[in-house]
Amino acid sequence: MPDVQVRKKVTVVEEIFHEGGPVASAPLRRAAALAVIHNPFAGKYVAEIAGFMDDLKPLGLEMAKSLVASLGGDPAIVEGYGKGAIVGSAGEIEHGALWHVPGGYAMREILGDAKAIVASTKKVGAPGTRLDLPITHINASYVRSHFDAMEVGIADAPRADEILLALVMSTGPRVHARVGGLKASEIKGEDGLR
Amino acid sequence: MRARIRKLATFVEETRSEMGRPVDPPTRRAAAVAVIENPYAGKYVEDLSELMAIGEELGELLTQRAVAALGIDGPAAESYGKAAAVGENGELEHAAAILHPKLGAPVRKVLGKGAALIPSSKKRGSMGVALDIPLGHKNAAFVRSHFDGMEVRINDAPRANEIMVAIAVTDSGRPLARVGGLTKDQIKGEDGLR
Repeated sequence: MPDVQVRKKVTVVEEIFHEGGPVASAPLRRAAALAVIHNPFAGKYVAEIAGFMDDLKPLGLEMAKSLVASLGGDPAIVEGYGKGAIVGSAGEIEHGALWHVPGGYAMREILGDAKAIVASTKKVGAPGTRLDLPITHINASYVRSHFDAMEVGIADAPRADEILLALVMSTGPRVHARVGGLKASEIKGEDGLR
Repeated sequence: MRARIRKLATFVEETRSEMGRPVDPPTRRAAAVAVIENPYAGKYVEDLSELMAIGEELGELLTQRAVAALGIDGPAAESYGKAAAVGENGELEHAAAILHPKLGAPVRKVLGKGAALIPSSKKRGSMGVALDIPLGHKNAAFVRSHFDGMEVRINDAPRANEIMVAIAVTDSGRPLARVGGLTKDQIKGEDGLR
């Protein structure tokens, strides 16, 4: 499969102190790592694309490591994660699906024994398209306080023959979480759901 | 802090290639953004000194954060810029009060020097508005390779009663700059222009 060619990388870190309510003792932090790569399958239908998932693994690991570093360097601080992709106009949504395995497993590997599925989203879009990256708890998908999302995008990406790949991590619940449901303290951690 | 900060965000961009041609070393730039309450929202206030003081403290905080995000020492920064977006219940003059009277001195202190004017932009807008932060060389405004801009936006800011304040810092000029003009090795650094 072709080489992974990175044109640009972007890191976004948000630190949220309050949202009109009490100021959090420890602010919620969310970080997203974005990489803009050349889409080797742009402009034509290519039947066999799955091999590119292996090629993307090193990039996935690099991005996951950079996210942990952006949040202070200790993987134990990470409580939520998610991922996504925007495929440029000369590509197809299936090209975005190539990110599921290398993106998701890279974060699980870096975070130790994360059990929950990595929430994801993807679409085809023009440069500047925004993507709402879904976030859920890393060990139990049903933890309601950790359902969140982070909007990302880059003014000049993805171009037609590019793919924008994204990973996101968060350090805790929404800043004023108070709608009940399964709590992080109640996680059994057996099935990745509860 | 006098500023009531709801959120801080940092953005780091690294460009590794342009039109398939490597950018080596990659060009890197960072922006740090604060979302603060506008103490004067919804009313006309003659004396804006509170926002001027807030500008001074944000000048230091945001420059430190931008430089830290790049992983460089302040003096290694090459270009800079600043911008503010005022929510719909504020006036453009509120952005001016933050940006112009007192913000620059602490920026220059963190960066070591800064003979050149800090280029700026401001606007009033709704949540998610794109802020284009102009960039220019910190010691000589005419260095053509460093004329640039960085777009930042935060989907939930500024709310009507908020102001979004941004400072951008780079360790380089545009990727593959080649339109001539004064180059950085020709800087005299006396008047801030050349």
